[in-house]
Amino acid sequence: MSLTVLLTIICLSILALFSSIILYFIAQKFKVFEDPRIDEVQAVLPAANCGGCGFAGCRNFAEALVKAETFEGLNCPVGGATVMGSVAKLLGKEAPQVDPTVAVLLCNGTPEFRPRTSRYNGASDCRISHNLYIGETDCSYGCLGLGDCVRACTFDAIHMNSETELPVIIDDKCVSCGACVKACPRKIIELRKKAKKDRKIYVTCSNCEKGGPARRACKVACIACGKCVKVCAFDAITIENNLAYIDANKCTFCRKCVTECPTSCIIEVNFPPRKSVIEVEAGVVNDNPNV
Amino acid sequence: MSNILNVSPSPHAHGKETTRKLMFGVVVALLPALFTSIFYFGYGAMIVTATSVVSCLTFEYLIQRFIFRKPVTITDGSALVTGMLLAFNVPSNLPVFIIIIGSFVSIAIAKMTFGGLGNNPFNPALVGRVFMLISFPVQMTTWPVPAGFSTGYADAVTGATPLAIIKEGLKNGEPLSQLVTQIPTPSQMFLGNMGGSMGEVAAVALLIGFAFLLIKKIITWHIPVSIIGSILIFTLILWLLNPEKNADPMFHILAGGVLLGAIFMATDYVTSPMNPASMIIYGCGIGVLTVIIRVWGAYPEGVSFAILIMNAFVPLMNAYIKPKRFGEEIKNG
Amino acid sequence: MLKTFPIGGVHPPENKITADAAIEFLPVPSSVVIPVTQHIGAPAAIMVNKGDYVRTGQKIAESKGFVSSNIHSSVSGKVNKTDLVTDTSGYKQPAVFIDVEGDEWVETIDRSNEIITEVKLSGEEIIKKCLESGIVGLGGATFPSHVKLTVPSGKKCDVLIINGVECEPYLTSDHRLMLEKGEEVLIGVTILMKALNVNKALVGIENNKTDAINHLTKLAPIFPGITVHALKVKYPQGAEKQLIKALINREVPSGRLPLDVGTVVHNVGTAYAVYEAVQKNKPLFERVVTITGKSLSKPGNYFVRIGTPVRCLIEAAGGMPEDTGKIVNGGPLMGKAINNTDVPVVKGTSGVILFPKEESQRMEISRCIRCAKCIDACALNLEPYLLMTLSERGLFERAEHERITDCMECGACSYICPAGRPLLDYIRLGKTSVMKMVRERNMK
Repeated sequence: MSLTVLLTIICLSILALFSSIILYFIAQKFKVFEDPRIDEVQAVLPAANCGGCGFAGCRNFAEALVKAETFEGLNCPVGGATVMGSVAKLLGKEAPQVDPTVAVLLCNGTPEFRPRTSRYNGASDCRISHNLYIGETDCSYGCLGLGDCVRACTFDAIHMNSETELPVIIDDKCVSCGACVKACPRKIIELRKKAKKDRKIYVTCSNCEKGGPARRACKVACIACGKCVKVCAFDAITIENNLAYIDANKCTFCRKCVTECPTSCIIEVNFPPRKSVIEVEAGVVNDNPNV
Repeated sequence: MSNILNVSPSPHAHGKETTRKLMFGVVVALLPALFTSIFYFGYGAMIVTATSVVSCLTFEYLIQRFIFRKPVTITDGSALVTGMLLAFNVPSNLPVFIIIIGSFVSIAIAKMTFGGLGNNPFNPALVGRVFMLISFPVQMTTWPVPAGFSTGYADAVTGATPLAIIKEGLKNGEPLSQLVTQIPTPSQMFLGNMGGSMGEVAAVALLIGFAFLLIKKIITWHIPVSIIGSILIFTLILWLLNPEKNADPMFHILAGGVLLGAIFMATDYVTSPMNPASMIIYGCGIGVLTVIIRVWGAYPEGVSFAILIMNAFVPLMNAYIKPKRFGEEIKNG
Repeated sequence: MLKTFPIGGVHPPENKITADAAIEFLPVPSSVVIPVTQHIGAPAAIMVNKGDYVRTGQKIAESKGFVSSNIHSSVSGKVNKTDLVTDTSGYKQPAVFIDVEGDEWVETIDRSNEIITEVKLSGEEIIKKCLESGIVGLGGATFPSHVKLTVPSGKKCDVLIINGVECEPYLTSDHRLMLEKGEEVLIGVTILMKALNVNKALVGIENNKTDAINHLTKLAPIFPGITVHALKVKYPQGAEKQLIKALINREVPSGRLPLDVGTVVHNVGTAYAVYEAVQKNKPLFERVVTITGKSLSKPGNYFVRIGTPVRCLIEAAGGMPEDTGKIVNGGPLMGKAINNTDVPVVKGTSGVILFPKEESQRMEISRCIRCAKCIDACALNLEPYLLMTLSERGLFERAEHERITDCMECGACSYICPAGRPLLDYIRLGKTSVMKMVRERNMK
């Protein structure tokens, strides 16, 4: 080895040594103390960084959990009870009981039920169409079909069905983070309590107009006739602003309201077929792979 | 009424410009230069141009269809423009395989890896050209002497360009007054009777293209004028300081790729700044860098490198140099 | 050298098909629908009930609050109901439905054709009259005029500017008004001058209306302080800020009003309405509307009663052409497309345009090629391509910093974009989000 090479190696090694010593001392001097538990909690969290907990990412949520006195109001919808239980054990706190939920679209206005009365030709964005006008139909509350919810979902749980022009939510993939709820400008996606076997009964309408105009705009609109309220033995259905709503906590899935509804706007999902069948032509039911 | 009406947000009218019309406008502006290069360099020019255009279009089609799996947009004219500009940057006797490699670098690496049209930070034709220059220096620096259709292609007679003659000569200590006898006269250079790449030779053809682009409002005057202006001023200062060691401004503008670079390469929409103040700074930067590379750098020609270096600053300029908004309050309160 | 605004602007084809069509009176329809939100500000409160008999010019809805406007019946007849109707907002709004019986006017309205030049009311009385008569800006913004004429303490106004520009293609209602009712318009201008206590008024007219310019220039000397100016044809010359810059070379600061540079701008249609209100006691229930379109057999300009459904206008123009693809309420660059023809004509309706199918489809969207034509076109020197990207990505704080709220939504950027990008759609979305964000921030 020539002198040049030797000198180069020695000089660079000394430089490297000096730099590492300086860096070490600087790192020590400017070290930010962080509770080591934050790292432990973060390791347990699902690392989806979806914001469903209301915080900006899993690390942020981990910090909040460590700092919090109780877990009141803190829940990871993606990890659910298992993750919250592990975190609780780690931090020596109580995990609250939170019912799992799933996203549900409160609209069944397919082109067959809800005729198109104009053609929207602007940018393909629900918010833009919503700000512009009533939409391609006569219902100013219904789904616009341009996919803001699909784009907001980071779990691949919503897809647009090109025939029904409505988004379809895949229950298995939905983690209830709430991104689609926030994204929808008409606020017609709801997080409803998950029942066993993914069963659901709900009113597939968000139209608050009086029965006449609502029905003229869409065949399966809720006309607020009140028959469902009368037939429900569990007080689960209320009518407000010309629109019926089923409380998932009170509903026992007796399905009487589904049969009673004259416009077929209450639907049952994931139930076995009945003995006396009233065919419900809901686009959503037909698409469900579990039926 | 059976009419279902269209509804969309305003505006409900649209101007006549489309991306394709703008790109084809550039192609039309390049036609005078294409014809003069065929006039001076014969079959070589035709082969090089055709190869470059076809391979650029092919690579874009293949990548968009099979790798991106998105709609193919080769008909928007941007790959065609890249192909022509790439051809205009090389000697007319460049072997076909090198052109294909250059087209691949231009389209696949400099354009498609960034996401396609509109996303690339560097001028694709120049990236291809510089890649070929550095990888195949011999073939990329042997320039055919113009002899019309008898120039031939693979068997072209080659000679040095005026810039190379001056650079070599000055390095060897020859005074300028002696060197100018070895290079074409200004009027010859204006009309294109000199060695060089296909696009750079005929100043008059390029200026006709410039006029067309300005009339059709495809480009604005800011970039070309600031490039040529800054080169003019910088070389004027150098020439006045030492007329024996530095060539005169007219020579610098007519020789080499200044006009081609200023009018067609630096004004590429995607890689140039978006508002007039930035454009002038961009143009001056290119001019100064070109002269520095020509006078003190290792290469006789500096336009390609200067443009690529300034391309790197364009996002910064776009982010920080903002147009003065209407009603901008300059004083507080 | 014609005056103009220095930055930006585009040149859409003018298509002033109806420029030579004299104004006719559209026959009163069999029923009208009068919405209560025809202006900027609080909706008016309905004062009539089902079954009431109303006369033409009778007040049927009361202005609520300072920034609001009275609404008068444009016909005589019986109130059928108060219900919802789809108007230009795209959504259903409350409105008064009246079945027409005859045409009995309120007696205090002077129906004679005599032109009354002498202005007997004082400045304050004029402003009160504007409020009573429901006068709003007829250039399309429908801002209540009495508010605009009330100069708050601390601000000064030294010159009045009258907007006779009508820069939007197709529309000719202001043009015909200036040509046929020029004297009344100028009297209206003097009334406005008196209300604002200024002695100078400049009338700006685009140079494609030379007959109107000549006519008003000939009449102007009779009225002290009024001068007429021809302006270069460029869109959007009729925008308030651009008009002020072109005529008196003052730049309205970002986020402020023309009053902050000492001027107020009114449309010629508003000046005419003010004349009718002050000199003839006639409230605002009628206005000139252009019905036009390349496929219409009889496009024209009409005096239309507020509340007339658009389909009556189309019938008067020869019926709906077969190839109609889009109907726009307003001009092609800033107007609103409507989805049915029952939409009523309101105070802000300056024109209705029927587009054939070939002109009703938007261009296909392709990538931004960063050509900067949108920046060239923007009259406020904003960067539309950047504002669109920021709005799409939800980066609203940066959008606020880039002055997205300055945008006047003139549409020149979307018009010129070679890639057909929906710039204005996303900028509008960004604006509403930024304004919401600012409101929430100010509430804290």
